[in-house]
Amino acid sequence: MFRRLPDADGSSVEVTIDGRSTRVRAGDTVAAALLSAGVLASRISDVSGAPRAPYCMMGVCFECLVTVDGVGNRQGCLMPVKPGMRIDTQHGKREVGR
Amino acid sequence: MSGAVHEADVAVVGGGLVGAAIAWGLARSGTRVLVLDEGDVAFRASRGNFALVWVQSKGLGMPEYAAWTKLSSDLWGQFARRLADETGLDVAFRRPGGFHLCLSEREVENRAAMLSRLHNQSAMVKYGYEILDAAQVRGMLPQIGPEVAGASYCPLDGHVNSLRLLRALHAGMQQFGAGYLADHVVEKIAPRDGGFRLTTRHGEVRAAKVVLAAGNGNARLGPMVGLDIPVRPQRGQIIVTEKVAPFLDYPIVTIRQTDEGSVMIGDSVEEAGWDTSVGTGVVSAEAERAVRMFPHLARLNVVRTWAALRVMTPDGFPIYQQSVSSPGAFVATCHSGVTLAAVHALVVAPAIARGELPAEQYIAFSPRRFHVPATA
Repeated sequence: MFRRLPDADGSSVEVTIDGRSTRVRAGDTVAAALLSAGVLASRISDVSGAPRAPYCMMGVCFECLVTVDGVGNRQGCLMPVKPGMRIDTQHGKREVGR
Repeated sequence: MSGAVHEADVAVVGGGLVGAAIAWGLARSGTRVLVLDEGDVAFRASRGNFALVWVQSKGLGMPEYAAWTKLSSDLWGQFARRLADETGLDVAFRRPGGFHLCLSEREVENRAAMLSRLHNQSAMVKYGYEILDAAQVRGMLPQIGPEVAGASYCPLDGHVNSLRLLRALHAGMQQFGAGYLADHVVEKIAPRDGGFRLTTRHGEVRAAKVVLAAGNGNARLGPMVGLDIPVRPQRGQIIVTEKVAPFLDYPIVTIRQTDEGSVMIGDSVEEAGWDTSVGTGVVSAEAERAVRMFPHLARLNVVRTWAALRVMTPDGFPIYQQSVSSPGAFVATCHSGVTLAAVHALVVAPAIARGELPAEQYIAFSPRRFHVPATA
């Protein structure tokens, strides 16, 4: 669905997305990494049960909430990826202990 | 002022939880009711409260208030069902029992002593409560932290979605024909022709009876109909977290998880006049105690804080009274508009419709108690 601009070139880092090891581009945000990896539904809405995807990409809409390194409700568009990061799509509400 | 004139059997001044509950009760008995409310800028405890339906610890110094509170708690289930049946709105009333958590042995001892004094009062209504040690608390609340030393637990305590309650009362009273006039601050009430004329910026309301349910506004309105209503604002600050999966089955007096998943942290008390600002000092203290009670809360994002003003009498107990000099004028005011909503709707409203607050039930709540000459 999303394609890189031709001038976008750079090194990559390895993260896990829902437990699958995936190479993403260094410097991307978690939300951009998910979109470029083809993970379009980054969470399932607790209110409607609908799949949701990153939308504003600038910290405003809260659609890109994901679980990062075990912490729920992180705004994926505001966090750069880091090597070894565990990114999990979020199904329903965050749990209080994670 | 425009020339609009409205007529009603009863004019209720105040569209918050107290006024709306009474108006709902009056309207469903066939009374023609008109509710005069302020605008969105009103100091509205009904939109800022903590939403507990709370029994334990209430009534030290006035056992009648303990009985009144218990009566409301006992009526709450049927009250919520009627609202749901009639309006389709589930106000999420739950009564699993509630906890007051203590963070030291000293706090447990003080709590036990206070409840013992409460329940040893003569004429105290009978109901059960328990003082639990840390292990017993952990059995019911597995998520508590190591600093919790014990708790008091009362099976009558519960909570509700108070925003939805306000909405359901408004929808319900209008279903039964009550009129609602927003932005109608009552400037003047004059006894006239055996009834009352209420003056607002937008016109006049004529009614046979008037009910003052204007919260802290009652202090200004009362003298117009011969009622002394010494209420003052008392600030409370509340923290709300992001919504999380259900983890807390019971309301704690300072922490509860709403039906929609948010965690509310509150219960501060300050004398700050009409100032509704939020300060980091108070919310930090609230958050710190909450995290000691439930360490997992530390990782949650706070999405909002706010302050609201309780409607407080000198002794903290409610006031219900019909005016002696202007019969037909009533006052109902309290700081527990959520807990007492069921009695306001199902007990107070029918009494007002009949024109009398019977002494055996209401004498303790008369504001005359504030005029007993002080003794040395």
